[in-house]
Amino acid sequence: MFETVLKALLEGFGKSLEIFALTLLGALPLGLIISFGSMSKFAPLKVVTRAVVWVVRGTPLMLQLIIFFYGPGLIFGTNIWGIGSQGRFIAVIVAFVLNYACYFSEIYRGGIEGISRGQYEAGQVLGMNKSQVFFRIVLPQVVKRIIPPMSNEIITLVKDTSLARIIGVYEIIYFGEKFIKSDGIIWPLFFTGVFYLLFSGVLTLLFGYIEKKLNYYHN
Amino acid sequence: MTVLEIKDLRKSFGKNEVLKGISFKVEKGEAVAIIGSSGSGKSTLLRCATLLETADDGSICYKGKYLLKDKVYAEKDELKEICSSFGLVFQNFNLFPHMSVMQNIIEAPMLVKGISREDAEARARDLLSQMGLSDKENAYPCELSGGQQQRVAIARALALDPDVLFFDEPTSALDPELTGEVLAVIKRLAEADMTMVIVTHEMAFARDVAEKVIFMDSGVIAEEGDPKELFYHPKTDRLKAFLHNANI
Repeated sequence: MFETVLKALLEGFGKSLEIFALTLLGALPLGLIISFGSMSKFAPLKVVTRAVVWVVRGTPLMLQLIIFFYGPGLIFGTNIWGIGSQGRFIAVIVAFVLNYACYFSEIYRGGIEGISRGQYEAGQVLGMNKSQVFFRIVLPQVVKRIIPPMSNEIITLVKDTSLARIIGVYEIIYFGEKFIKSDGIIWPLFFTGVFYLLFSGVLTLLFGYIEKKLNYYHN
Repeated sequence: MTVLEIKDLRKSFGKNEVLKGISFKVEKGEAVAIIGSSGSGKSTLLRCATLLETADDGSICYKGKYLLKDKVYAEKDELKEICSSFGLVFQNFNLFPHMSVMQNIIEAPMLVKGISREDAEARARDLLSQMGLSDKENAYPCELSGGQQQRVAIARALALDPDVLFFDEPTSALDPELTGEVLAVIKRLAEADMTMVIVTHEMAFARDVAEKVIFMDSGVIAEEGDPKELFYHPKTDRLKAFLHNANI
């Protein structure tokens, strides 16, 4: 029995990990782009970007998943996601990436706005162009500043992956819960918690290590 | 040779006119001190000359090339070349905290001028020894005193071999005992005929080191000339009052 459960849970956890990794892969760069939009000097772009961030952060991810998946089909009559489990998975990734990119964008914005004007001016006077100043001077300092809030958000993401089942993407809790119905046992569900704990534990250690690594200077 | 010539420079922030037509020249090898009370426009003048602020009118000319003329700034390529003629040392140092002293100094020469790492490092070591900081090349700015940080900032600016180096109140953020070490470095540069424009509140330093002193008052140059003449025989009441308050 244990082996059956473990196999099923591992399959579900694999799906959870996929969601986790793909979300990070998309949301980390997209969040930076959104943060530029929300800091833009071009007012319409800034207003629109901040409105999107407000809506995405102000509504439940679960609601966004449902709307993203069913919305196009029910409103426009076309299922843009394609059929079957692959279509559902794509919808999950898109919704997760957008949702997390908006959260990340605010973290980036806080980090970027916290860098003093003198740093930009020093770079400029030394003859660096804007992208050199951003990538060589500003961004490395931003990374150090945002590690603590980012690690918080990323650990939340680990647990949020469980929301994917609402549109039928079978992650670990789905498999755990299945055993209640099929075999009348609850321990597999508890067991899923162990996976989450271990994974977030590993992430906590990893972020602790990165923070320590970046402690070679302070402002 | 005239390294910098500024003519009738004007700058307003909103309705507040900060620079009301500033004109002066800096010759090669000259150390010029700009004095005046807070709000007289000294820092704005330096920021306009170094392109950190855009001036409204007038001209700025480095070695015969116009950075600004008739309200028009030079084109991008030319701008880049002109900007390599000057360096600026900030009041708050503005070192890059995530980089070691060595990285701070070699970053721009390598990135902007395309100098090889070996050459940039050799030059940096030479400058650090001039600054008395040879043992600090691997230190980070947070591990240094304010005076040491400012000396690194001076080395960083010198590494690009500017024709003229601006100092914006280089010792105002320092404790009195650290001020001396930074002033000593600037004095040595002056003795080596580095062309410099120094905004400062250190009156004795301006008097002893500068070849020319400019006294600014509410956006205009109220008086300028030989430091001894200016300090011991001020012509305007405004300068007399300023020097009196500055206790010199």
